[in-house]
Amino acid sequence: MEFIFYFGDVFTPVNFGLLLLGTIGGLILGATPGLSPTMAVALLIPFTFQLEAAQGLILLGAAYTSTVAGGAVSAILLKIPGAPANIATTLDGHTMAQKGEGAKALQLSFLSSAVGGIFGVLLLIFLTPVLAKWALAFGPSHLFWLAILGVTVIGSLDSRSVVKGLLSGCIGLWLATIGFDDIMGAQRFIFHPALGGGINIIAALIGLFAIPQVITMFAKGRHNDGAEVIQVRKHPIGAALSELMRNKRAMGIGTITGSIIGLIPGVGGQIAGLVAYDQSRKFSPERAKFGTGHPEGLVAAESANNAMVGPSLVPLLTLSIPGSPTAAVLLGGLLIHGIFPGTDLFDNHPDVAWTFINSMLIGQVLMCLFGLYVAGVAARVAQVPQSVMAAVVLGLAVFGSYSVQSSMGDVYVMAALGVMMYFLERFGFSAAPLVLGLILGPIAEANFIQGSMIANATDGMTPYFLGGSLNLFLIAVVIASIAYSAYMELRSRRFTSKEEIMA
Amino acid sequence: MSDISLPRMQHIIGSGVVAVVGIWVAVVSYTQQPSEAFLFPRLIATVFVVLALWTFAKACLGWTKVGNGLSVRQFRNLAPGLIVALIYVFWAAKGLGFYSATAIAFFILLSLYDPAPHTAFRSWLKRVIITACFMAVMYGLFASLLKVYTPREIFF
Repeated sequence: MEFIFYFGDVFTPVNFGLLLLGTIGGLILGATPGLSPTMAVALLIPFTFQLEAAQGLILLGAAYTSTVAGGAVSAILLKIPGAPANIATTLDGHTMAQKGEGAKALQLSFLSSAVGGIFGVLLLIFLTPVLAKWALAFGPSHLFWLAILGVTVIGSLDSRSVVKGLLSGCIGLWLATIGFDDIMGAQRFIFHPALGGGINIIAALIGLFAIPQVITMFAKGRHNDGAEVIQVRKHPIGAALSELMRNKRAMGIGTITGSIIGLIPGVGGQIAGLVAYDQSRKFSPERAKFGTGHPEGLVAAESANNAMVGPSLVPLLTLSIPGSPTAAVLLGGLLIHGIFPGTDLFDNHPDVAWTFINSMLIGQVLMCLFGLYVAGVAARVAQVPQSVMAAVVLGLAVFGSYSVQSSMGDVYVMAALGVMMYFLERFGFSAAPLVLGLILGPIAEANFIQGSMIANATDGMTPYFLGGSLNLFLIAVVIASIAYSAYMELRSRRFTSKEEIMA
Repeated sequence: MSDISLPRMQHIIGSGVVAVVGIWVAVVSYTQQPSEAFLFPRLIATVFVVLALWTFAKACLGWTKVGNGLSVRQFRNLAPGLIVALIYVFWAAKGLGFYSATAIAFFILLSLYDPAPHTAFRSWLKRVIITACFMAVMYGLFASLLKVYTPREIFF
């Protein structure tokens, strides 16, 4: 119950102001198609440099939470999901809006997001300290395998091709080795002066998430999406609350599904929303109504995609292994403030950790309160032409990456990685495992070197890295995640039609 | 080679580039000294090169199922914007000054991709106003709020 002692810190004028700013800004950014939560958080990191660690994390956490919820606005009113997490929301949310129930759909969306989100953050609050204590038993070999696990799980589960996902992870791990070696001081892979100090994580994150999106907008050319905002009529909030209570089953399924999926590294909100929607339909006596503007589908999808936010941070805060791309970006935000998450985070920086987690809890309530008022503005922002969005994001990416160390080298690295990532994505590679590799690379290497030293002084490399129940368990999980993904890939291919293969 | 489709050719080129990088990483990791500094890169390079060659072989055999490649239309659409963006990042930002280069690049990109007609005076006026507003916000955020000193060079 330690978290209760730090609740007051959330309500200091600066912290609460930042929480409000992050929540309202996140709702608007989330509604903007093409601005994913990960990209929004990555672009916000440079603005946290001058803030204290807890303040910076409050801003980033609030933006993360509310961009996921804000994506529902454009999904409901424009049929364009603001983020991949909101794909399932469009299925019933937009149909409700077309039937003149836009306000009701928005109210249900924010209410169920808040319920799911609060449950998810409570899970984060109660699970994190337990896991952090358990993680104290981890030695260098276990941390090495955990880092590899982080890359392989996201590489295999988050990508449509297991091999390309793992290859993306390898590219990330290699990029992390560029620069001077920490122990020998040797130069490694420095083929351009801009890489002398290694690849700056923040610049890389901005490039890898923002630039491919900018080029994707360019690739669409000079066309108008023609998406029109559906006007909403007033709807009493009390009626929406009653409707929510009538859909308790869908809310429960969404919340539990989202929380469980959030805990699994690599499985994002998009999957949480779709799985919850599907499960809710299976358990519903009115399953035929799904897809025709049925509130149950909307409630299940929205409670799930916000319920996964809190649990997705558990592996990050306990084991310093980001469970999702957005968690990886948040890790970047922690590292720039000299805070390294992991076993001793709650001993060394309890004020930062608990203020951040508590702010996410309060943020869920604020998101629900403000969501309904901001929805109208957010829907207008969602109509901003892609040409403007592309130019704005490019400008922010250049200024943001420069401001990290006032170095043009970081801008070049950001642009080069971004352009490379766009083309790699066209060939089926994925940014998430690459980012995880880049972030977890130094953790994996440091523990590998430390473990090698211990191994050489004791039993040797093989017993040290491949022996012991915990090592074997982690290796088994690595292999199982790859095998499962390969099996799923083969199975989906078995059902691919001949026409699809020919095309 | 003429019977190889454009997406397949793109996959061969794309995975070929990745394979070349993988081989280079492996060669450097196994040949550079001191060898202790390349212990971890060697581990990665071995997996990297195996997966990259596997992907390349699949692309050559036409077994690649994931990734749509880039259509000619998409390439034509993105090329002007990408060229402007690359000139902006790799030359203009440092050569002309951050703010002036950003304003020019922003305006050009807006003009290139804005669906509003190029013949109407109002749409040009709108683009100028949007550019001015954006630059004011950027200056306020980075120069005034974050105190980031950007290269001034020829202009500003």
